[in-house]
Amino acid sequence: MEWISSHWANFCNDFYTNLIYADRWKQLIGGLGVTLQLTLAAIVIGTVLGIILAFMKMSDWKWLSIPAKAYIEIIRGTPTTVQLLIMYMGVFATVSAPKWIIAGLAFGLNSAAYVAEIVRGGVESVDHGQVEAGRSLGFSKLQTTMKIVLPQAVKIALPTYTSEFIVLLKETSIAGYIAMEDLTKVASMITSRTFNAWFPLLTAALIYFTMTFTLSKIFGRLERRLRKSDIR
Amino acid sequence: MIYVENLHKYFGDLQVLKGIDQHIARGEKLAVIGPSGSGKSTFLRCLNMLEIPTKGKITVDGEEITQHGIDLNRIRQKMGMVFQQFNLFPHKTVMGNITMAPMTLKKLSKAEAEKKAEELLKRVGLLEKADAYPAQLSGGQKQRIAIARALAMEPEIMLFDEPTSALDPEMVGEVLEVMTDLAKAGMTMVVVTHEMGFAREVANRVLFMDGGHIVEEGTPEEIFEHPQNERTREFLRKVL
Repeated sequence: MEWISSHWANFCNDFYTNLIYADRWKQLIGGLGVTLQLTLAAIVIGTVLGIILAFMKMSDWKWLSIPAKAYIEIIRGTPTTVQLLIMYMGVFATVSAPKWIIAGLAFGLNSAAYVAEIVRGGVESVDHGQVEAGRSLGFSKLQTTMKIVLPQAVKIALPTYTSEFIVLLKETSIAGYIAMEDLTKVASMITSRTFNAWFPLLTAALIYFTMTFTLSKIFGRLERRLRKSDIR
Repeated sequence: MIYVENLHKYFGDLQVLKGIDQHIARGEKLAVIGPSGSGKSTFLRCLNMLEIPTKGKITVDGEEITQHGIDLNRIRQKMGMVFQQFNLFPHKTVMGNITMAPMTLKKLSKAEAEKKAEELLKRVGLLEKADAYPAQLSGGQKQRIAIARALAMEPEIMLFDEPTSALDPEMVGEVLEVMTDLAKAGMTMVVVTHEMGFAREVANRVLFMDGGHIVEEGTPEEIFEHPQNERTREFLRKVL
């Protein structure tokens, strides 16, 4: 009994010093805001550019496909952290811009390479007979892509896209490398003040998990809705 | 209606069509038969330029469709095609499959397109399936919907690429019935088929292809009762 009450008192004490004292919970929420801002910027840039890259890579024109292939290989073959540092200390060395734009751009340009491969995988797994059926009705190449191929490709690619979204959200945790105070950075700052490794970091982990779990639930629902046409 | 002159097609080094000359008249029902690999599907697919001929000239309604820069999308609107694998759009309902092209390409309103689609569904006997998805249909039903989808563009000619070859035997009849009705209604049809009964009953001309050539052509009676060429005779012995 005594054992439990002493631990409970410890817990309450840690809870206070790590989350309440000096408005540390507000710091964490601020960090969460930065994380969300980066993720959102990156997923928008990554998705738009990724789709463009995918169609460039699938193009018959070499001067479209080769740059896309090279871009994808280089981005996938180098660490995101290095890319982020190059963006911050290299590309934006002399140009002043808010850090969230620099990091959002770095994460977005990185994600685009992965999204491109996801989109290409989806498009290429649509049976070629679908294209022929569309063209034989008189649809142009573009109409066939937009109305027939893409809707089917999206359904196929959605689960992998969800994973990419989740990876991206977690990957923003390296923003601390360019001294951004995202969720991870804030948690580790609190740790270094309170000398408590568990409380701030587990709190951060719990927040990340809540977000990724919610994301995967939302996309799971979307997937089920798209699968309506598969029911026999 | 369709003139084919000296049509050649290579796939890489493989020559699939070795000089085809044909005239398909309006209202004609042409059956193309022959062993697999004889080039008959390729010949059919060249007619609407799904395969681009390596050499030769194809004219549809006086327009040379093999010339560079012609608007193929416009030409294809008047040439319906039915595929062996149906190729229905799985993400659309039966109604969606049929109304998509008329609404997009002919700018029909949704109501107009659906009214037209209902008539076609009645014609193929599947009105009750309007809201079903392709995955919920049998093979025979899928193919009848595919025919309705092609007819929705009011084509002048219908191309059939082995329309019953992927079907279970008990479903072949329902599809052939729809095709026979279509033939009776006066549609110009080119049918690549292994259904010799259909070729004999419905076609008014039969082409026998082998090795990229048209080996023999004539009325169903000439081809099936009195084949002149040894290869035709041999083929018919195997399939009849």
